[in-house]
Amino acid sequence: MLSNEYIQKKLVDKFGEAVFQFSEPYGMLTFEADKENNLKVLTFLKEDPELMFTYLNDETVVHYPDAKGKELAVVYLLQNIYAGIRVRFKVYTDIQKPDVFTATSLFETANWLEREAYDFFGVNFVGHPNLIRIMNVEEMDYHPLRKEFPLEDQTRIDKDDDMFGR
Amino acid sequence: MNQKQKQNIQLPEGSLGKQTSTLNLGPTHPATHGVFQNILEMDGERIIDAVPTVGFIHRAFEKIAEHRAYYQITPLTDRLNYCSSPINNMGWHMTVEKLIGANLPKRVDYMRVIIMELARIADHLVCNSVIGVDTGAFSGFIYVFEFRELIYEIFEEVCGSRLTTNIGRIGGFERNFTDIVFQKLDHFLKTFPKAMEEFETLFNRNRIFMERTIGVGGIEAERALNYGFTGPNLRATGIDYDIRTAHPYSSYQDFDFSVPVGTTGDLYDRFLVRNAEIWESVSLIKQALQKMKDLDPSVFHADIPDFYLPEKEDVYTKMEALIYHFKIVMGETDIPVGEVYHSVEGGNGELGFYLISDGGRSPYRLHFRRPCFIYYQAYPEIIKGSMLSDAVITMSSLNLIAGELDA
Amino acid sequence: MRPVTHNTKVKVVEAPVGFTGEGFFTTKLSEAIGLARSNSIWPLPFATSCCGIEFMATMAAHYDLARFGSERLSFSPRQCDLIMVMGTISKKMAPVLRQVYLQMAEPRWVMAVGACASSGGIFDTYSVLQGIDQVIPVDVYVPGCPPRPEAIIDGFMRIQDLVRAESIRRRESDQYKELLNSYGIQ
Repeated sequence: MLSNEYIQKKLVDKFGEAVFQFSEPYGMLTFEADKENNLKVLTFLKEDPELMFTYLNDETVVHYPDAKGKELAVVYLLQNIYAGIRVRFKVYTDIQKPDVFTATSLFETANWLEREAYDFFGVNFVGHPNLIRIMNVEEMDYHPLRKEFPLEDQTRIDKDDDMFGR
Repeated sequence: MNQKQKQNIQLPEGSLGKQTSTLNLGPTHPATHGVFQNILEMDGERIIDAVPTVGFIHRAFEKIAEHRAYYQITPLTDRLNYCSSPINNMGWHMTVEKLIGANLPKRVDYMRVIIMELARIADHLVCNSVIGVDTGAFSGFIYVFEFRELIYEIFEEVCGSRLTTNIGRIGGFERNFTDIVFQKLDHFLKTFPKAMEEFETLFNRNRIFMERTIGVGGIEAERALNYGFTGPNLRATGIDYDIRTAHPYSSYQDFDFSVPVGTTGDLYDRFLVRNAEIWESVSLIKQALQKMKDLDPSVFHADIPDFYLPEKEDVYTKMEALIYHFKIVMGETDIPVGEVYHSVEGGNGELGFYLISDGGRSPYRLHFRRPCFIYYQAYPEIIKGSMLSDAVITMSSLNLIAGELDA
Repeated sequence: MRPVTHNTKVKVVEAPVGFTGEGFFTTKLSEAIGLARSNSIWPLPFATSCCGIEFMATMAAHYDLARFGSERLSFSPRQCDLIMVMGTISKKMAPVLRQVYLQMAEPRWVMAVGACASSGGIFDTYSVLQGIDQVIPVDVYVPGCPPRPEAIIDGFMRIQDLVRAESIRRRESDQYKELLNSYGIQ
């Protein structure tokens, strides 16, 4: 019977120390691995006949500006739709060299999700077929969802910042 | 304009001597409902390749959400899938309730089921009638929109607004369902089935519609799963994955309903699956009304004073109510630290909310798992080899809502 | 089956002020043209987001927009009179909107429907254009998020008033050319 402890046991049996930081916030098994191993873990989760996590639900990035050396976290949300179990898998990377292997060879879903992550945060997915901006205009030269950039458009001259509480 | 066309497509050398033509099915096109651009390589009338461009209505929801309090994010979620905005609102409230660990009374769950199923009916009516308009049958659209007006009137009675509803609060609803709401629901349930049967008679066995839609725009189940399809588009390919049965929320496990499934995944199956889901929603609303008869009719919210605003009379007379009101509005409540993921079955599939909270007034990171964005990637593969008119109705049958795609 | 009834209360538009006699009627040319134009406006619905759904409800049978003369929606800018911009316009979409406006033939009117088109709405962000009057001149603004169909119809009637009262030499006047130049349009 597929349960969080069983999944954790199988992962530790296969990868040993390469997967760590297991936790279960609100019932969903969450763990981390180094960014060099992300494809190995994803392939294992997808192709193992007992685990069968063949569905990539979501892939996104979180920016932690205070954690030096591990600022950008790529979060994969995988699902086994036959048993109805979800698993969250995180990979941390440095903001100076944000290279992560792409998951498009395993899941077609990851194509645009990674483009969006590149557009918003600047994570460079190695091996992606078409890594260009998807949501913002082509000429934009910064990655807007990082914490240091403001929400509002800074080129406006008609809005009075004092009145709007900024 | 040439700069815009070279955005995603690399024209190879020798393009002057090439046999195919490039057509820009541009962002302002009457048949693309919403702003989507596709640059098509065509050989006569057949499509060889398509490169889609999105982001023409990018409104940076995720960045805005980092600067707003939890109850201020509800109007933002309205504008995701704006054809069925109550479902988005309820999904967000359930995410926050999961974070704070609130338990809701059964009556609130049943009220939420009624509102969500009405929104689902509204969404599927838009999609199906617009497929009719794109194939040339305008009268289905006119007949069916009268019932969307009835649904809008019910939403207006509960929350005051028709389309972008901002309905409900964290912990329940802002006011109880009045008698007028129940009267309008009864009127809707009495008159809608006849009109829906008329709509089905117009389309389901209509030879022109069937020839136009059978075998068009299909995708196999394995490819659909690889592309991350959910919702009616996935169920039309034969896989019965519905969040309401797989990960039940809001007491859906108490209800008796079936999940309609298609076989081939083409346009006709999607149309029929949406029609069948409308009938299932009508039956769910009837069951919820029946179940609500035995419950205490004055309950419409959970007892969480830290998040649900107290009554105005109490705020002006009692001390604790005044303090709670102040704390909630100014953002001084203690919000637990953690990360939570919750999903609901929206009109297009699994609408997920990934919320990371650091204890402050606004979320640290809020990410929306938007179904339209994920399955639109499959569009070039679906239309490869088909004709231009088929590509147009395929896009409208996928029920692409621009607000959800580009959030 | 109810019997077929004919509408006996047909509303007729008022004739303009003029001097009438046996078989002739004189009035100003601008009044006659204004009367004809205002009751047969062909709109171009430039619908991008939620206000577009309210427009679909306005076009449907409950709040019928066709009774004001706009039975035919044209999606080609060369054949339309009024462009109704409904929904949020982002910075990626602004050049497209400007291109569509430039392709329209004179006389042309612009209606900004909804808060997002009028001023950016609730989206005060780096990617949303804060009002379409940054790129094209606007005649009527309809507030609301989304505006009710009655409000859209009210905006449409204001456009009709503008069309009826417009002088026929306005589009060649210096004032109009100055207005277009301030947007960079020749």
